[in-house]
Formats: sequence, C-alpha cells, structure tokens
Amino acid sequence: MEVIGKSVIRKEAVDKVTGRANFTHDFHTLPMLSGKMVISPYGHAKIVSIDTMEAWQVPGVRTILAGDRFPLTGEAIRDRPPLAVDKVRYHGEPVALVVADTPVQAKKAADLIKVKYELLQVVNSPTQAFQKGAPLVHERLGEYKKEEDSLPVPGTNIATHIKIRKGNMEKGWADSVAVVEASLSFAPSDHVAMETRCATAEIMPDGNIIIMTSSQAPFMVKRLLSDYFGIDLGKIIVHTPLVGGAYGGKAPVQLEVLAYLASKAVGGKPVKIFNTREEDIITSPCHIGLDATVKLGVNRDGKIQAAEIRYLWDGGAYSDKAIDVTRSGAVDCTGPYNIENVSCDSYCMYTNHPYASPFRGFSHAELSFAIERTMDLLAQKINMDPLVLRYINAIMPGNTTPTRVLLNKSNVGNLRKCIEKVRELIHWDEGSVKEVSDRLIRVKGVSCSWKTSTIDIDAPSGVILTFNRDGTINLMSGVVEIGTGTKTILAQILAERLKMDVDNIHVKMEVDTQTTPEHWKTVASRGTFMAGRAVLKAAEDVLDQLKEVASCVLRAPKEDLEVAGSRVFLRDDPSIGLHFKDIGHGYKYPNGNSIGGQIIGRGSYILRHLTHLNPETGAGKPGPEWTVAAYGVEIEFDRRDYTYRLVKACTVVDIGKVMNEKAALGQVMGAMSMGLAFAGRETFYFDELGRVLNPQLRTYRPLRYGENPEYLVGFVETPQLDGPYGARGVGEHGLMGMPGALGNALSIAAGVSLNNLPLIPELIWKAKEAAK
Amino acid sequence: MKTYTGTLNVNGESRMVTVRSADTLLYTLRRMLGLTGSKPGCLNGDCGACTVNVDGWPMKSCLMLAVEAVGKKVTTIEGLADTPIQKAFVEHFAFQCGYCTPGFIMNCHSLIEQHPDADDHTIKEWLESNICRCTSYFEIEQAVKSVLKKT
Repeated sequence: MEVIGKSVIRKEAVDKVTGRANFTHDFHTLPMLSGKMVISPYGHAKIVSIDTMEAWQVPGVRTILAGDRFPLTGEAIRDRPPLAVDKVRYHGEPVALVVADTPVQAKKAADLIKVKYELLQVVNSPTQAFQKGAPLVHERLGEYKKEEDSLPVPGTNIATHIKIRKGNMEKGWADSVAVVEASLSFAPSDHVAMETRCATAEIMPDGNIIIMTSSQAPFMVKRLLSDYFGIDLGKIIVHTPLVGGAYGGKAPVQLEVLAYLASKAVGGKPVKIFNTREEDIITSPCHIGLDATVKLGVNRDGKIQAAEIRYLWDGGAYSDKAIDVTRSGAVDCTGPYNIENVSCDSYCMYTNHPYASPFRGFSHAELSFAIERTMDLLAQKINMDPLVLRYINAIMPGNTTPTRVLLNKSNVGNLRKCIEKVRELIHWDEGSVKEVSDRLIRVKGVSCSWKTSTIDIDAPSGVILTFNRDGTINLMSGVVEIGTGTKTILAQILAERLKMDVDNIHVKMEVDTQTTPEHWKTVASRGTFMAGRAVLKAAEDVLDQLKEVASCVLRAPKEDLEVAGSRVFLRDDPSIGLHFKDIGHGYKYPNGNSIGGQIIGRGSYILRHLTHLNPETGAGKPGPEWTVAAYGVEIEFDRRDYTYRLVKACTVVDIGKVMNEKAALGQVMGAMSMGLAFAGRETFYFDELGRVLNPQLRTYRPLRYGENPEYLVGFVETPQLDGPYGARGVGEHGLMGMPGALGNALSIAAGVSLNNLPLIPELIWKAKEAAK
Repeated sequence: MKTYTGTLNVNGESRMVTVRSADTLLYTLRRMLGLTGSKPGCLNGDCGACTVNVDGWPMKSCLMLAVEAVGKKVTTIEGLADTPIQKAFVEHFAFQCGYCTPGFIMNCHSLIEQHPDADDHTIKEWLESNICRCTSYFEIEQAVKSVLKKT
C-alpha cells in the first residue's frame, strides 16, 4: 500500500502550530451577547425563590432567564429542565441565565441574583441510591417521555436496568472449584478537554437558527433542538469547527439549548455561552462513576465457568447518555473472556452528582477495572500466573459474547496474540516483582479489554467528494476533527483507493449540518470505520464517473480504463489518457463542444445487522466488531510512604490495520496517559451536601509533562473484513486497560487488594490500615 | 466603567487599545486585537494554554493585565513563523486536538531561546506548567529535543 499506514502529516497541522486553527470560542462577531449561568451551590435543594431585581440594574443586561418552565430535555429520558425549576439536583446545575452585552456585565449581574434554597437529603452514591427508602432524585420518573429501550423504574432511582442472562448459572457454579467475589467502586471524574465547551446561537428573521458549538455531535444538536422545540429540521444549521479535545464529553447536547433559549429571549441576536473551567467540570456532563460487584467461578483447569455481575452506574442527576453507557457496560460486562454462564444486572442510577456523559471507552475502562481486579484475585486464589489465566480464557472466534453474538475471525481481534506481545514487551517472564532497595520495589500488573461500539443501530455516515478545476478533490465528511486525525485518515483512504497523491486531496475540517453529509456522532472510535466505508463508496462513484467521461473521449470501453496518479488511462497503453483536470469539470473538445460536468462523488454507510437487545436476556447484536487489547503497567513503589512512580505502560491492541502510524501511536499513548490519570489521581471529592470540592485544575490534576511513563505500544493486525483496509477502531483502547493494570500492580506491591480509584497513596494507606 | 487607552507592542506592531483596567492581556489579545491563537483554558494560570512571550519570557496571558503589558514586547503564536519548534511540532506529531499547542509552542520557543542547552530537568521544569490533555508529552519531548540538539 502506498498511503495507508504512512505517517501522513495531519491536514490541519500548519493551522494548529501557527495559532490559526479556530475553535468555537475564536469566532466572534459584533454584536455577540454573552450568556452567564447562575449555578446551584448544592447537590439537592428546593428552590424557594429567585430574586433578579438587583441583577437587572447592571448596565448592559438584556435578559434574565429564571424560573421558566421550558420543555424537558435529555436523550434517553426527557428528565432535564434546561434551567432548574422547583429543585436543583446537582452541584453546578444551571438555575438562571443572564444575557448581557459583555462577559463582565453578564458575570456581574449573575453574581447579584439571589436564590433561596431549602436543603434536601442528598443521594451521594449509586449504592445509596439503590437502597430501599433512599431519597428520590426524580419523583415523577414515570411521567417522563422516553425512548423505547430506556427502562426506568418509577418510585426508585433506577433510570434503566439492563439484564444479561446467558447459559445456566447453577451449572456454572456447580462446575466451579473456586469462586472469588469483589466489590469495587469509584466516584465520577471529568474529561478535562483543554477547550471548555462553548456554544453560540442566533435566530435569523426567516426563522433559521444558526448554532456554532464545540461538539462531537452537531447532527444530534440539530435533531434534538428540532425535537425539543418543534422546529423544522432544515431550519437548524449547526456549525462545528475544530474541537479542542472531547473524549466523549462533548457528545451530549447542553449549552446549545441554553444559547438557543437565550437568543430567542433577545429577539434572535447572537448569544455566546462559554464555560469557565469550573462550569465545564461540574455544570456540563462528567465522567461516570461506578459501584460494582463481580463474582467469578473457575474450574480445575483455570477456565471460568460463571460470572455474576452487578454494575451500579453513577448516572448523576439526569440520565442523558448514562442510559446508553449502562447498556454498553452490560453487553461487554465480562471483559474479553469466554464465559458460558453469565448473569449481569447493569443499573443506571440517579444520584445528586453532576450528570454523566460518555467518556473515552464508553463504560469499558470502568468495567475493565472491576473485571480485571477480580481476575487477579482469582489468579491469586488458584495460584495461577495472572497472564496465563487471561490467556486460557481469552475470547476467540467461535465463542459467544454475553449478548450471544457468535464471534468469527473478522468481528473479533486476536487477544491471545496481544497477550503474547505484552508478555514480551514488559519482560513478564523476568517476574512481576523486583526489589530495588529496602524501600523501593518495581512491580508489574497486567490486564485485558475488549469493546464493541453500542451506537444507534441506524447510525449513518456520509461523504461527498467534489472536483476542483485543477484535478484536486475536496473531501467532505460529517466527522468532527476532535484531535484524532480521522479526517486525514479519510484522505489517506481516498488517496489509496484512487492511487493518487494525498496532497491533492483537500479536506474540509469544519462541519456544517446544512452542507456536510451526516456522520451520526464522532464517537465510539467509529470515524475511520464508518466514514472510511463511505469514502470508499464515494471513490467508486467518482471512478465510475471519471471513466464514463474518459471512455467517451478516449473511445474505449470503461473496462479498459485504469485510474492512478490523477489520470484515467488505457490499461495497455498508459500514455493514452486524461488528467483529472481535463475531466473533473467536464471535458471540452477542441471545437468547444463539452460533455459531462463537475464530478461529484457520494458515498454513505450504515452499520448492518444491529438489533435491539432482548429486555429479559440481553440477547441481540449491539455492535459491529470487538477490538481487543492487552496491557501492562510497571510502577516503582515506595513501601514506606506508599507513593509510587509510573515507570512503563504498555498496550498491545489488535487494530486491524494501522492506517497512519504516528497518529495511531499518538492515540494509544494519549489514551494510556488518560487512563493512568483516571486510575491514579482523578476523582471528584464530594462533601455531604453533594458539592464537588475540587472543580479546578490545581485541585483536579491531569498528568503534566514529565509525569508520563515510558510508553510501549504494540499493534496486532487481524483485519476486520468490513472495515476500510481491515481497520478497527483505536481511539479509546489504550485507556481501557490502564486502571486494571495499575490497580493490579499496586495491589501486588502493597500486598493488599485495592478496589477503589483513584489509587493515591492515602487510599493505599487506608487499605493497609484496614487489613491490619 | 474606567477605561485606559494605551499602546501595546504585539508581534512587532504598535497597537492602540482601550481597555478596562481589569482586562487581562489574554482577553485584550483575543477580543480587541483578534489574536485568538492564545487560548483560554482555565483563566487562573493552571493550564498554560494562553502562554505568550513577554520580553523574551513565557507568560500566562490570563495572569497579566493588559495595562501591565504597556511598554513591553509581547509575542503571541501569531508572531512566530517558520520557527524550528513549529516545524518540529508538525514533524513529530506533537499535538492532537491542537488547543494547548500555541501555549506549548510559546513556552518551548522561550525555553529554546533562554536555555539552548537545556537538560531534561530544565525542560521538565519549564514544560510542566502547561497541560496537554491529549497527552502528546512524548512527542513534545521529541520535538523540543530535536530543536535543542540543532541549536
């Protein structure tokens, strides 16, 4: 292959190193009003009164929204008022919105709004939410409009309950000689994209609504706004320029709704809402928390016979995308292991925490921590090498998933190969513990993961190709460039298929829902796969049109024509042919007669054979393929004060096909760092009122330069026959196994089972003390 | 509202601005001068996305008032062109989403100018003031070192 696999420089690279790459907040028109939210200082409280009198006195204030009952919003269940009414359900929830001429005026006025609250009992964890008699976050759960496959239980805090029932549990336990059970838990945390969320809205005199937003889902913004407010779809035009990091956090729709309501209240003038870091952390959706119990039984040969799992997801105050996360966690609940007998209950719980959105891995990093810690406990119990236990049970073609999808050589990667490669890369056979001094030891931990993408079963992706007069091609796709480099990879796919120079392909970075074909959402590591397939189809369309015109001009049948190097030519005599520039906009004969016209290629793709899940057993096909990966983490642990240093982190992922080597390495290394930070240091600290105590980057600390470990990355290439050139998704997988591998390494190092995140020295100390 | 009119020297050009005395340099660069390469990420100095160069030293422009910059030489990412560090960032894939990139490049650029022989310790000391959430730290390290080696 000529272009696939090469480290082609990103199409937007020069813009990004010169400060010319524009993100939503960089677009500024005059006039542009500023919206500023007033947010709840409590986790759960009745709103007694809102006094806006003083705020109205601030010069420049154009409107104040407070106390209005707008249509309820939300994706799977319509449970969220855009601005809180009657009560607030989480710390950070928007209660009022001030619109003023400048950000300073808006802030000044927002600070003068006096809201009187009456505190309510707080639901501070999903386990508490699950208990009988727990305070209700939503008293009217049964009255909300909802999607068909959301299964809330009115009168409780259960937003949805997904059941997996496969095989025969009694038999599974009977066949087991050893059983382990573990409870694992961690609180919500945050994505911390460096670009905080931002949205602008303007309503034109003809009723067109122009939105600009830093979103992974501009097409969903359009659909939801239309749905919520009864607006014609075609009247909503959503622009998304480059997005400054997303990691799932920009898949939900939130600020767009507020910006629209604000603009509507000021006669359609443009209004911008730009999150402060603090708002971005608590007001906008966060990374989900989890309380899990996992029970595994194993036979004499180390083969797992049964798995009983309960996941209580911390969906927070509103269910939004957490319902889908809960389902996704159920369908891959066991991790990448072949288990015949599985029972899983995955609950999305309402709590008084900031509400959850997808997070890179979409439930899989979280469930992997639970499963992989339990796997190590099992290995310990039966005295087996943890890597061998994983190897023996590794999922393979011929096995079925928890939702009973039969796996084959295409729809699942080769986990055993990944495990073997990790074994080599981390020198596992040298032993997992090495003494460095009387204080320090170096310890390795391992883990595995898998993932399918449980996206909407009718999720589409489209691509349009247009020719320029010089024979170059413009590529338009609804994929948002969130940093993954997908749009460059799409250009590589096109260049490979048309056998042309990738430099002659121009990629439109911005998405504009009026002219860009739809790509459902830029999530779930599905950009390369789905949009890639659409590119290939559009390429076929273009080839056909090029040959059509060339066939006429060259007086040769289409079958005799080849395309390469931006030319169409005769297969047996390449010197006879036409350059794209001569036919891309029609061909002009010497006498002036012309044929053809601008060549416009189109391609679209929709995932096939996906089904809804059976509500009683979970049976069904949730996603197209399973990407698998194996991991290792090496730490240097100080036995005296329980501090540790990340030495090495290793991921081997079956990527199907490496499309752009450096981009793929970057994705995997970045994901590993994020996973290590999630596992090792990131969490929301809540007080008894449900307040997040650390919504700032000095108290909520992502990894900084120099804190990253040495990275070891390996790729296995088992082609997914459906994928473009065999590619599988890779954006999330480096992250998913890090919490498990780090937890396993530290548990070995500390000599105590560590079942909570984040793995800070204090937590280790507490676990040591408790074990005394 | 009290305003102040003065001249800022930005990227080698004199620019007259009228600002509130409390306006930050970041806000002024972005809103008054249209220099949106400097990014707001936290507005309190934690993340470094707004880093510019003031009289040769990196400065988080959210921590400096516009009025404080009068009489100083301010360089923003827009003021750099074809520098070795920009090229190195491209070649080494030292960014993904690109939001933190201008701040990182300004910091690296100042580092290279102030400490052309910087060792690992110095590089870390300088660069740990910026956050890259896509976490291209390995690639950033390669990029910086490739330029340091040449100088």
